[in-house]
This record gives sequence, C-alpha cells and structure tokens, in this order.
Amino acid sequence: MFLALNEKVLFSTFVNHRRSGMYYLKISPSKSRFSLNIKELYNSGELIYFFTWRDIKVKYKQTILGFLWAVLQPLLMMLIFTFFFGRVLNVPSGNLPYPVFVFAGLLLWNLFSGGITNSSNSMIANANIIKKIYFPRLIIPLSSILGSVFDYFMALIIFIGIMFWYQVNVSLGYFVSALILSLLLTTLGTIGPGFLLAALNVKYRDFRYVVPFMMQALLFITPVIYPVNMVTNPFVKILVYINPISGAISLIRNSLSGLAPDYTLIACSTASAFILALTGLYYFKRTESYFADLA
Amino acid sequence: MQPILEIKNVSKEFVISHERKPYLSFGEKISSIFKGGRDSREKFLALNDVSFNVEQGDTIGLIGKNGAGKSTLLKILSRITPPSNGEIISRGRIASLLEVGTGFHPELSGRDNIFLNGSILGMKKKEIQEKFDEIVDFSGVERFLDTPLKRYSSGMQLRLAFAVAAFLEPEILIIDEVLAVGDMEFQKKCIQKMENVSRSGRTIIFVSHNMAAVKKLCTKGILLNGGEVKYIGNIKEAINRYTEKFESYETDFDIPVRVADDAPGYAYKIIVEDLDGKPANNFPVGAGWRLRLKVKITHKVKGFIAGIGMLTQEDEGLRTCWSDSYDLDEGEYEFIFSERNIYLASGSYKLILGLSARMVTFQYLENCATLRIAEEIAESAGNIKFAKDVGIILNPMEIVMSKM
Repeated sequence: MFLALNEKVLFSTFVNHRRSGMYYLKISPSKSRFSLNIKELYNSGELIYFFTWRDIKVKYKQTILGFLWAVLQPLLMMLIFTFFFGRVLNVPSGNLPYPVFVFAGLLLWNLFSGGITNSSNSMIANANIIKKIYFPRLIIPLSSILGSVFDYFMALIIFIGIMFWYQVNVSLGYFVSALILSLLLTTLGTIGPGFLLAALNVKYRDFRYVVPFMMQALLFITPVIYPVNMVTNPFVKILVYINPISGAISLIRNSLSGLAPDYTLIACSTASAFILALTGLYYFKRTESYFADLA
Repeated sequence: MQPILEIKNVSKEFVISHERKPYLSFGEKISSIFKGGRDSREKFLALNDVSFNVEQGDTIGLIGKNGAGKSTLLKILSRITPPSNGEIISRGRIASLLEVGTGFHPELSGRDNIFLNGSILGMKKKEIQEKFDEIVDFSGVERFLDTPLKRYSSGMQLRLAFAVAAFLEPEILIIDEVLAVGDMEFQKKCIQKMENVSRSGRTIIFVSHNMAAVKKLCTKGILLNGGEVKYIGNIKEAINRYTEKFESYETDFDIPVRVADDAPGYAYKIIVEDLDGKPANNFPVGAGWRLRLKVKITHKVKGFIAGIGMLTQEDEGLRTCWSDSYDLDEGEYEFIFSERNIYLASGSYKLILGLSARMVTFQYLENCATLRIAEEIAESAGNIKFAKDVGIILNPMEIVMSKM
C-alpha cells in the first residue's frame, strides 16, 4: 500500500517542481489596505460549492420531511399572514389575491432575512475551521447566503404553483426579468449586512442577540405584508425607500399586477444595496486577518 | 537556488485582556470609550524576531516546550493569522495539517466528508474523485462510507481524516503534533507516511514533543524558546540542547494535601534521588535509586503503612511496595524506598502514593510524581541488552546455551 502510494507521490512532486518556479507568496502583517483578491476567490469556487452544499445538506438532515421544509416554511407563513392580514385586518393588496401578494414579498424577505441570519452566525459556527486552515474567509458568509438562495428557489416552485392556482395572468417576459432582477437586487442587499454582521459577530458576540431582534424590526419597514403605497408617514417612507429589498418586492408585485415598475423606489433600493454591500465587504476584508485570533 | 521558504524577522504580538475574554462585547468597547479607554490589557510577544531559511527538500523539526511559539509560527506559515512584524516569502505551495479532519461534519456521511475535508485542505474536486478509492482503501472504512460520521468510532474518524490528509501533495507540508494522536499502529502509519513524503523530496516542517519521531524524520532542527530561535542546525544537536536545557528532570514533588479532617496525617513531599543521596531522575536502566517520602502525622496512629506504586503512561499498574506497619506519635517522618537495580524499560512512569492505618486508606494519589528511566543502560545493570520497545519490566534471567 505504502509503496504504491509512494510512487504516486514521487511522480506528482516532479510535476510540482516544474510549477514551483512560478509560485511566489509573501506573507506580511496585514495592512489596512483593501484588496478583494477576486482571483483567489474565483479559484476557491469549489470550496464555496462544498460549503453551500454542506449547509443545505446538514440543515435538513435527520428530519422526516427533509427538503420539503424549505417549501413548507414559506407556505405556512403565507397561510398565517393571509389569515391575519388578508382576512382579519383586510390589508389591501391591489388587484392581486392576498396570498399571491404576500408570498411574493415572503419569497424575497426569507432570502434576505435568512441570508443575513445565517451569514451573521457563519463565522462563529465555522470557528474551528477558521482556526486551523487558511482559505479566503469571504467564502464562509458567501456560501451561507447561497444556502438561502437555494431555499429561495425551493419556495419559488411553490410560488409558481400558487400563481397557477389563483390564475394570475402575467406577461411572461416582464415577470421573468422581474424575477431575475429582484433576485439579484435582494442578494446584493443581503451581502452587505450579511458580511458586516459576520465580521462584527466575531469580535462582538452581542450581535448574536441583536440580529434576530433587528430582523423582526426590519420586517415592519419592509413592504411584505402591506403595499408600499400604504405608507404615508414621511419618516417610515424614507426607511422603506432605503430598504434594499423594497424595490425588489415592488418590482415582482408590479410585474404580477401588470403595472409599470416603480423606478424611483428601485433606484433608491439599488443604491442603498450597493452602499451596504461595499460597506460590508470593506469591513469584512479589513478585519478578516484577525478572525483566527478572535474566533 | 533560492530557499523555498524565507522567514524574515517575524514577530507576533498578542494582547492579553485581563478579563480573560478572547472576544469583546460591544458594551465594553463603548464604555471604554467613555472612560477614556483605560487600558487594562497587556502585550505578549509569542514570537520575537524569528528568522531562518528553509531549503527545498529540508525536513525540519521545530522543537521547544509548550508556549515556546511553535504553534504560533505554524499558524503564521499557514496564513491563519498574520505576523505583527516581518515577512515570509514562500516559493512553494504550503499545505498545513494543524489538525486532521478539519471541517468534518458529524451529520454527513463518510463519503461526503472526504469531499468536504479534501476541498477544505485545498484539493480540487477532480483530484479527490481520482484518489477517492485510494483514500477509502487507506482509511479502511469502506463499509461505512454512507453512514453519518457521528456513528463512527473515534478511531475510524481519525483514520478517515488521516487518509484524506495523506493524499495532499503540496511542495511544503506543515504538520503539527496532532498527528501523534491515536493508537500505536496509527502513529506508526503516520510516521511511515511522512517518511515517504520526505523521501520524495518535499519540504516538511514538523512540530512534535516526541523526540524519537523528530529524530527519525528530520534532518534539521530549530529550537524555540520564549518566542526566540535558540538554535538552528543539526537535529541531534537541537534535541540535545532541548533535553538538557528545558527538560530538567524534576526530583522534588510537592504533594497537595488532600486528606479528610479526621485523617491521622498526610504525605507532603516526595524526593527522587540516587543511592548516594544526590537528587536525580532519569536513571539509566538497571541503576540504583531511591525515593524519600515525607509524612506528617497529626494524630497518634496505630498500624500505619506507607505505600508507593507505579503506573505506565497508559495507566497500567506495574508494581506496589508497602512499608511495615508502625504505631506512630505526632511528628514528621520519612520513609525511604530504595532499590539496587531498577529493571524498567526506558520511559516515564507515574508514581502512586497511598497511606493507610489499620487497613483503611486515608490518602491516595495517582500521578503524584514521575520516575524517568533514560535510554541508556547502567554499568551495574548486569545482563540487560535491550532497554527500549521490548516491554516494560526487564528482568535479567540467567540464560544458558548448550550444544546438543
């Protein structure tokens, strides 16, 4: 066994020798200089895949319903919201049936809140790996957000089913492009707070308690259970407009109702998503080299 | 040719928070801003201006006692933590094994974990697929490949973890002593594997407290103490300096007093010495030695017996010696246990202490002192020929050969 192994090892060493002339790495004290190192991240594509795959697989392990939970969770939330807000409180939903209206919101809200929650816990959950081996640290929060993107696609299947059930007429081109754009916008909006909180959580464990509370508060300034035009209070209106996923939700709903997109809202949301993403990335990259000492 | 690894003036500073919290709470940070940032923290240099070069194909043993900075240096080389000062230039890909099975997930199957762990260690998916059968073969867990890892025995987990790591093919391999876990067979396998790697011309940096393994594997040694390089060069010399300087053998063992209030007394000290009464430990095989046990009797006692025993490092009982039974008044006493020749194989042994009165034990302590037997044979040893790896107790028997 060992002999066989040894030959293989020997052979590959020669191959590596030829390559080693090219290799050069300098390890030095981390300056506050900001560099994303996209190339390194790109080379770690497989690791991102494996982490995402692990998170998804582990999440539904030892559950009887397994992946069905990814579908059931938003479905149950939709039923509850429809009962309380649609039936009991009569929240207006334009020309859409309330279940379709609220599911469109929940679809993106779950991606946003799930992504941020997972991402903010991700560095601590993987502390033992961070302390033992090097790889681009960004992979960890990134793959935990990708796990939520997977849940999004599961829920999307149900959403399309519900649209058929309620026989919502849409223009296919508008709807599909709205779906893609809203997914991109929401993911961008999730990355910023997700990365920021992942990094903050390593240093200040308080954020573990802050995040769930923050998500609950955020739900109220996000047009998930109510339409954007219902907000009249100017202060709340500003909050809704700078909320990175308001634009995404309104885009999907407008495509379902056959209305033109609300460009102002989308522009505001996109701008704030970008600012958040840059802030999150910047803070994460600036502090990442010390994660192993703190985690 | 340029060295494959250049370590230049590397230092690492840690800030010790006296609250003993490795992380901060946001409130503390805020309150410290308002209090004007009163600094209750202290700086600690884990590595101080460390410089050395590693040539292609070197196998380097990094030795030093706990806290010497070995692990910190490995972490910096592995890019897990940055240096505070200085820089390192590497001309080869580095893979580090600070722990086997990093990232293993208990809920996932053995198969899944091979891929996950391989990927974390830096292998490509294709590479893992190609080597998959060999990895499984090496680990010997093929029957349980689709069983969740949490149902594996710890030995199986270890074998699987090492199997994945064994197929890493970097130019520079950094190994922490974590490989020294597991049973004897497994350790042998690890060391054999590493020997193969080093013979194939790869560069290895190896940290261990197991001097025998270091000696066997490495050609060069680096001795660290207090974060500074004390010696670089020949591995034998490095080990000699390490054992001389840092592993001074203890001969005086204070015994924490742990007896019940109504006990008639307690033992408070054990001294190990040679037969001339000079403090000593690490006796050659077959040498004479003695042990002085100091006892304080606080209440008059009848039928007092002092005993000592020995355990191997694996906690197997080896032997026990009892004193005669005495009736004692209050006061301090000394019991001397001595032996002309100690026929124990090289290694270290844990001593047990037991005090009893009228067959009731009132003080019992395992591992109260350590007896060391050196890797050499005393002149007075008689017929002993081998002292290592041949068992525990070496009794010279008279052996007569006759031609039939």
